[in-house]
Amino acid sequence: MATAETFYDVIRRQGITRRSFTKFCSLTAASLGFGSGAATAMAEALETKERVPVIWMHGLECTCCSESFIRSAHPLVKDVVLSMISLDYDEMIMAAAGHQAEAILEETKAKYKGKYILAVEGNPPLNEDGMFCIDGGRPFVEKLRWMAEDAMAVIAWGACAAWGCVQAANPNPTQATPIDKVIHDKPVIKVPGCPPIAEVMTGVITFITTFDKLPELDRQGRPKMFYSQRIHDKCYRRPHFDAGQFVEEWDDEGARKGYCLYKTGCKGPTTYNACSTVRWNEGVSFPIQSGHGCIGCSEEGFWDQGSFYDRLTNLHQFGIEADADKIGLTAAGIVGGAIAAHAAVTAIKRVTTKREKADA
Amino acid sequence: MTLHETLPADTHDEKAIERPSVYVYDAPVRIWHWGNAVSILTLALTGYLIGSPLISVSGEASANYLMGRIRFIHFAAAQTLTVLLILRVYWVFVGNVHARQIFYVPIWSGRFWKEWSHEVRRYMFMTRQTKKYAGHNPLARFTMFLLFTLPLFFMVITGFALESEGAGRDSWEYVLFDWVFSIWPNSQDIHTNHHLGMWGIVIFVIVHIYVAVREDIMSRQGIISSMISGERFFKDMED
Repeated sequence: MATAETFYDVIRRQGITRRSFTKFCSLTAASLGFGSGAATAMAEALETKERVPVIWMHGLECTCCSESFIRSAHPLVKDVVLSMISLDYDEMIMAAAGHQAEAILEETKAKYKGKYILAVEGNPPLNEDGMFCIDGGRPFVEKLRWMAEDAMAVIAWGACAAWGCVQAANPNPTQATPIDKVIHDKPVIKVPGCPPIAEVMTGVITFITTFDKLPELDRQGRPKMFYSQRIHDKCYRRPHFDAGQFVEEWDDEGARKGYCLYKTGCKGPTTYNACSTVRWNEGVSFPIQSGHGCIGCSEEGFWDQGSFYDRLTNLHQFGIEADADKIGLTAAGIVGGAIAAHAAVTAIKRVTTKREKADA
Repeated sequence: MTLHETLPADTHDEKAIERPSVYVYDAPVRIWHWGNAVSILTLALTGYLIGSPLISVSGEASANYLMGRIRFIHFAAAQTLTVLLILRVYWVFVGNVHARQIFYVPIWSGRFWKEWSHEVRRYMFMTRQTKKYAGHNPLARFTMFLLFTLPLFFMVITGFALESEGAGRDSWEYVLFDWVFSIWPNSQDIHTNHHLGMWGIVIFVIVHIYVAVREDIMSRQGIISSMISGERFFKDMED
């Protein structure tokens, strides 16, 4: 592996002259109202600061995160990969293979101890000592722990790494486990979604490289800037929800008029993501805009929440298909019946007791 | 507790008979009871309609606010219930001995369990003997704690957690109740449990009303009137 490029190298590589570069630094320093030494300091920082090395690993996953990532428009993924970060290892898109590839990991671990970012797509299965996912001749979980030891931070891409996703769905035979349940001594940034929005992925990376710090996380470990509001809070169909106008059937008048999809099982009210603001494919659309409810793919255990088309979760503990309301109503009915029976017995007892007393 | 001798008029013989009564439920407890009854009825109805909304209204979205109003009523009733609950918890500490009855169960007391099993036997028609209690009988106390007091706190906590989702991450609701999302990271689970809690309380209400009416007739003690006047009458003088 060659020495890592600095930002200055990247700027020069893109055809910007040294003269333009120093002008840019002076102008920026002046326009921001910094002192006379600032221009030199900025130039020096850009000349010496190396791009952040990123190691991108894949556990049990479907690669939809990578597929999403390469479609980022703002910033363009080529700018992220070629200019902002130093993507030293990515099983999906790197040229190296076999021992060469493994050597990169060794080298990064030694050379950039505590400085590189470990981005993980997918999760490790822990059952049978991790034998359900073998990577480079050893269980993926070992490789993950080994690379996480010296990382600055771990990014958990997608629902798999953040929550477990489909491979962790009940009964989870391989015991697929989210990253934060395996790596405890490093900051884990969860970027859930199946896949996460491309701009959210590049946005998280851009934040880290630009400000040289990790984004502020919420209680669940997700970046606040993208995951602190629900789909429902910024949904353009929200006025129909408040008005009480719902799609009742898929082909009804409400569906044509773009009413709220709450009754057809939209999980927007319980899903934290940026779909209704950032949207997908360069902001073209998002599921609800296309007429289908949100399936809550960025939420914990979304595969185990029953049908995508029901508001209430199926509770499988009861053996039959039932939601909270059906169970509650049935229980209330049983209790009501029991009370009626109890009242009847009480009445009979009372009558017989009175007779006994009268007879006595 | 002190026994008061009250002198109700006997309309048949035109002379007063003495009936012992105990002042059980002081005013804050009674106000809480009826305030709760109204709020819970409102909350259960509106809550059900939030989970399973009414048929769609027609017209422009800007001209309608049905769901918004239903949710507003739900939230307003919830805030009322919470304020009442806070006052009630305060009254646990300053009120009389009956005010703290349904807030804990003396599981360490052998006498409690003995009386508890007597009440269970009575409800199973295995004994006819009615014991007199100034406040709740041990079975009633046990049931209220388990099926009402605990679910009520559960509903308030999960309810505010759910409200914090709309109120936002910098709202006081989220500051106070964000820990609920550590137990159930997917708020869909909180919705489900909030529904189940509602049904738990509905079942409690059914049993509660039945038992109150039945006891009023069967035990010859003033049960229903005690929650209005605060005083419990014992219609039989023996023992």
